[in-house]
Amino acid sequence: MTDATSNTPAVDRARESELSPVGRFLKATELDIRMLGMVGALLVIWVGIHILSGGLFLTPRNLWNLSVQTSSVAIMATGMVLVIVMRNIDLSVGSVEGVIGMVMGVAQAEFLIRVIGFQLGNPWIWVIALAAGVALGLIIGALQGFIIAYLEVPAFIVTLGGLLIWRGMAWLITSGRTVAPLDATFQLMGGGPRGSIGATASWIVGILACVAVALMLLNGRSQRKRFKFPLRPVWAESLLGVVACAAILGAVWIANSYPWPIGIVRQYAQRNGITVPEGGLFIAHGIAIPVLIAVAVGIVMTFITRRTRFGRYVFAIGGNPEAAELAGINTRWVTMKVFMIMGVLAAISAAIASARLNASTNALGTLDELLVIAAAVIGGTSLAGGSGTVLGAMLGALLMQSLQSGMVLLGIDSPLQSVVVGAVLVVAVWLDTVYRKRV
Amino acid sequence: MADTTAPTPLIDMHNISIAFGGIRAVDDASIDLFPGEVVALLGHNGAGKSTLIKILSGAYKRDSGQIFVNGEEASIANPRDAKKYGIETIYQTLALADNVDAAANLFLGRELMTGWGTLDDGAMEAEARKVMGRLNPRFQRFKEPVVKLSGGQRQSVAIARAILFNARILIMDEPTAALGPQETAQVGELVMQLKADGIGIFLISHDIHDVFELADRVCVMKNGRVVGTARTGDVTQDEVLGMIILGKCPPGAIPGPGALKIAA
Repeated sequence: MTDATSNTPAVDRARESELSPVGRFLKATELDIRMLGMVGALLVIWVGIHILSGGLFLTPRNLWNLSVQTSSVAIMATGMVLVIVMRNIDLSVGSVEGVIGMVMGVAQAEFLIRVIGFQLGNPWIWVIALAAGVALGLIIGALQGFIIAYLEVPAFIVTLGGLLIWRGMAWLITSGRTVAPLDATFQLMGGGPRGSIGATASWIVGILACVAVALMLLNGRSQRKRFKFPLRPVWAESLLGVVACAAILGAVWIANSYPWPIGIVRQYAQRNGITVPEGGLFIAHGIAIPVLIAVAVGIVMTFITRRTRFGRYVFAIGGNPEAAELAGINTRWVTMKVFMIMGVLAAISAAIASARLNASTNALGTLDELLVIAAAVIGGTSLAGGSGTVLGAMLGALLMQSLQSGMVLLGIDSPLQSVVVGAVLVVAVWLDTVYRKRV
Repeated sequence: MADTTAPTPLIDMHNISIAFGGIRAVDDASIDLFPGEVVALLGHNGAGKSTLIKILSGAYKRDSGQIFVNGEEASIANPRDAKKYGIETIYQTLALADNVDAAANLFLGRELMTGWGTLDDGAMEAEARKVMGRLNPRFQRFKEPVVKLSGGQRQSVAIARAILFNARILIMDEPTAALGPQETAQVGELVMQLKADGIGIFLISHDIHDVFELADRVCVMKNGRVVGTARTGDVTQDEVLGMIILGKCPPGAIPGPGALKIAA
């Protein structure tokens, strides 16, 4: 072992001298080319739309809205990564989102108030409604997962059935009637001026995130030292840290540059007895609550995929189901758990989407399954199973949403929007196939 | 078998049968293995040797028969059970998860965890470097998914996984089928080394030339039944070939239920 490790740096240096400067940079930073490619594509799209729309896209207001619009699909995309990595598919997420949104809406706007007799604004209302939604997501996921894993019905069929069943259920609950308005606290999950945390809290969150990034880099380094593995050069570690912190603080700065609309500022000033100064009062939105939820989900899901036994099993099963079975892994139970996670994530998305609308409609989440699958696949999740990342899927969701809201800004008709989104999906997967063959 | 030095066999499989649909893949087969012994299990494709061995490794559940490990009856219902008895298997297909790295494969199903209940990838990679250093000292590609490794490297990952957890019984299903001459010789050396450590080894092959030199005994199967068992010193390669092809049991061998003279 001592031989092997002491040899390593020598071998690496010999190989390194053969690489181009770009290759050396990638090796030192250990960054993924595919991920860099996605960030590059995203920036190209952003700048392109910005120029075409005459400077409308890269504004704090648009970027803030973009982040809120992305949250719901991004959350479900993190779960879809696990589903697709295990060589399954979930076509039902949009409908599951719909039925859960409806149940949560009915619970808070009607059931808890009329049947149980809660006062309007009781803080338990949103808690119970949200808990019921999450529990329902878990149950639906468990049911579909059980049929797929233990009764061996293909996931495509089970979730295709689910697509129809849960959409139908959403309609049946209120016979198609829209439920509104929702609980005031529940609405905070949808964003908006009140559903954002404000400038000061946003800076605190940003700084905490930067500290966390630094600690993670240091911890990774000490782990490698502990086992005498090759270390990244100090400049590469520092560069990664600086870039990550700049991105975090930049995002906070943008969120803090988007002020509340004048009308809401005036109401707020009146209520609090503040006189609005001459040039108007600047109250920043800060980071929106749905975005915070999405980021938290992304972190938790990344942790699950990278650091837990369960996540390792999901990838191993996706790579070779037979080998996983022979290694003693309970593949059926892992499959069922993946669908349970997907159900819970659909519930969180349902909460965000319905809170944003301030209504539960039976159309909530329609076609979201396709956006979610597209986000995961554009984000580098292979439909053949075994590979994919949570971060990639979330970036994929952001990319899809950027295209869509960009086209709205450009005034492109919705049929043409569909054409573009469809074409982008096919081209992205083709590029990915080419990339995989070459590497 | 009777004149062996060790009193209790490491593995004793008694009257094992299994059927898939109407086909009796293994029919009343018995086989045993002693510490530090190499037993070659021979037969044509479809003779039932892989099936018999998959019953021992827990991949299939037998219809009837008993398995004794160190003289005590063992209940093996799945691969996890088999591993508890120290039975490790190197499958013909290698059974590697292609998309994860060598360390993840070595510890698949038996991951090392940190105090926080998370995967301890550092410790697993360090262990992997140790065991791979023993088998294949030039191996350095610990960060890459095993799909990118060569056939020989993949084989050494599969072998490393089997010996990492102090196996007492090692099953090697066509261990050299995918290897070149040099790597085949390496596997041969490894077998002798493990044998010296007192590990019992089942070598499964359809090619007698691969295993005759390495094995202490051969056991030949045909159509799901054991033709006979013999010490390699008591029979010639031609006689063993006769057992494989015709099911004819030579004088030096102990006939099993599948032997031609009994069947006839």
